[in-house]
Amino acid sequence: MNKTDALIIGAGPTGLFTAHQLKLIGLDCEIVDNLDKIGGQCIELYPDKPIYDIPAVPECTGEELTNNLISQLKPFDIKFHLTERVEEVKKEDTNWLVKTSSGNTFLTPNVIIAGGVGSFEPRKFAPKECEQFENKSLFYSVKDKSIFNGKTVSIFGGGDSALDWAIELSKDCKINLIHRRDEFRGAKATVDKMQELVKSGKINLFTKYQMANANGDQRLESIDIKHDNNEIKNLKTDYVLGFFGLIMQLGPIANWGLNLYKKTIEVDTEKFETNQKGIYAVGDICNYPGKLKLILSGFHEGALAARACFKLARPNEKYRFEFTTTSSNLLKRLGKKE
Amino acid sequence: MLMAKITYITHENEKHTIEVQNGLTVMEGAVQNDIPGIDADCGGGMACATCHVYVKEDWFNKIPKKEDGEDDMLDMAFEPKTNSRLSCQIVVSDEIDGLEVNIPSKQA
Repeated sequence: MNKTDALIIGAGPTGLFTAHQLKLIGLDCEIVDNLDKIGGQCIELYPDKPIYDIPAVPECTGEELTNNLISQLKPFDIKFHLTERVEEVKKEDTNWLVKTSSGNTFLTPNVIIAGGVGSFEPRKFAPKECEQFENKSLFYSVKDKSIFNGKTVSIFGGGDSALDWAIELSKDCKINLIHRRDEFRGAKATVDKMQELVKSGKINLFTKYQMANANGDQRLESIDIKHDNNEIKNLKTDYVLGFFGLIMQLGPIANWGLNLYKKTIEVDTEKFETNQKGIYAVGDICNYPGKLKLILSGFHEGALAARACFKLARPNEKYRFEFTTTSSNLLKRLGKKE
Repeated sequence: MLMAKITYITHENEKHTIEVQNGLTVMEGAVQNDIPGIDADCGGGMACATCHVYVKEDWFNKIPKKEDGEDDMLDMAFEPKTNSRLSCQIVVSDEIDGLEVNIPSKQA
């Protein structure tokens, strides 16, 4: 059981700056994120796209913004729990008991949801029949590649993940590579390598085809793929891999008793608190009259939510507003003063 | 204010015809008028493929062509077809007055 003053859900820009604000005013915090890396949408969706509306930063990419936020957190000791999704938030006396997908538990008076548009989950195949084979013979990521040895694997997708796995697994497996169009968006060298393996017969390539059906009783036996011209082909296969990138889903947050509006959480604009005392929402996921989905708004919301956390984490102390330019307390926390 | 009529047809075959201001995107027209089935999670950044629509064949060739990157995102859309577009990339103008788009059964 981890005890902390505040638990932040989401390691995007808003979550990171909220952590900065919490640590600056003397509170502890830990951060949980479902992705395997820090940065949220900025890293997952647009690492290379320039952003032009961060105050005092004329231009930076999603990756640069993330790196700067991480370096701003350097003076502080913050524990990150990556590749973990918060599954459950339950009231326990004056605290919240939080459970994650890896079985970690937290006891904290404050939970700050900085979840963007929810957690990133793999995009799945459209046909319903695919569900029954999920995590048995149909996967959206590879955990143990040895299970594929000597088998037929059908890989769907046109990006680097699909191509890299097609190339890698072609050494020990029979590979079908299926993509909805002729162009691949993977790196050129990877596309060239794949084309070579197609020529040498190591990879069977099917373009302009998509998944139409998955067949089999207990075990997956074959798949039907459908061409743009509606022609259907049946492929015998032992395994299927789908690489269609990630999508944001609200996920378990919907079950925590919070007032929701569409895919957002309603908050007040004083503390950015939800209808549950001690649960806050900041950044893109929160909603209030006039809400703008800008990174700068997330920073403001996080700063105010952090002050609200102080009251619940230190009920017997009084929060005093201070500036980093002059406060020796703050300068000590930032490591700028003995 | 110059407007164009855009018809959004949901998967349940409900037709919503909306006057959308020129210069906005077909996605913005849908979101501002609460048309169901267009999520637009990334807000128009061509980064999420959740404002995916199908454009009828005759219109598909009339509206401005896809730019770099749109097809890459469409690879990730739910049930993409040859007439798939991201509605955040279709800018409303007099030329597309009367456009009809079909919304897929879901966005993800």
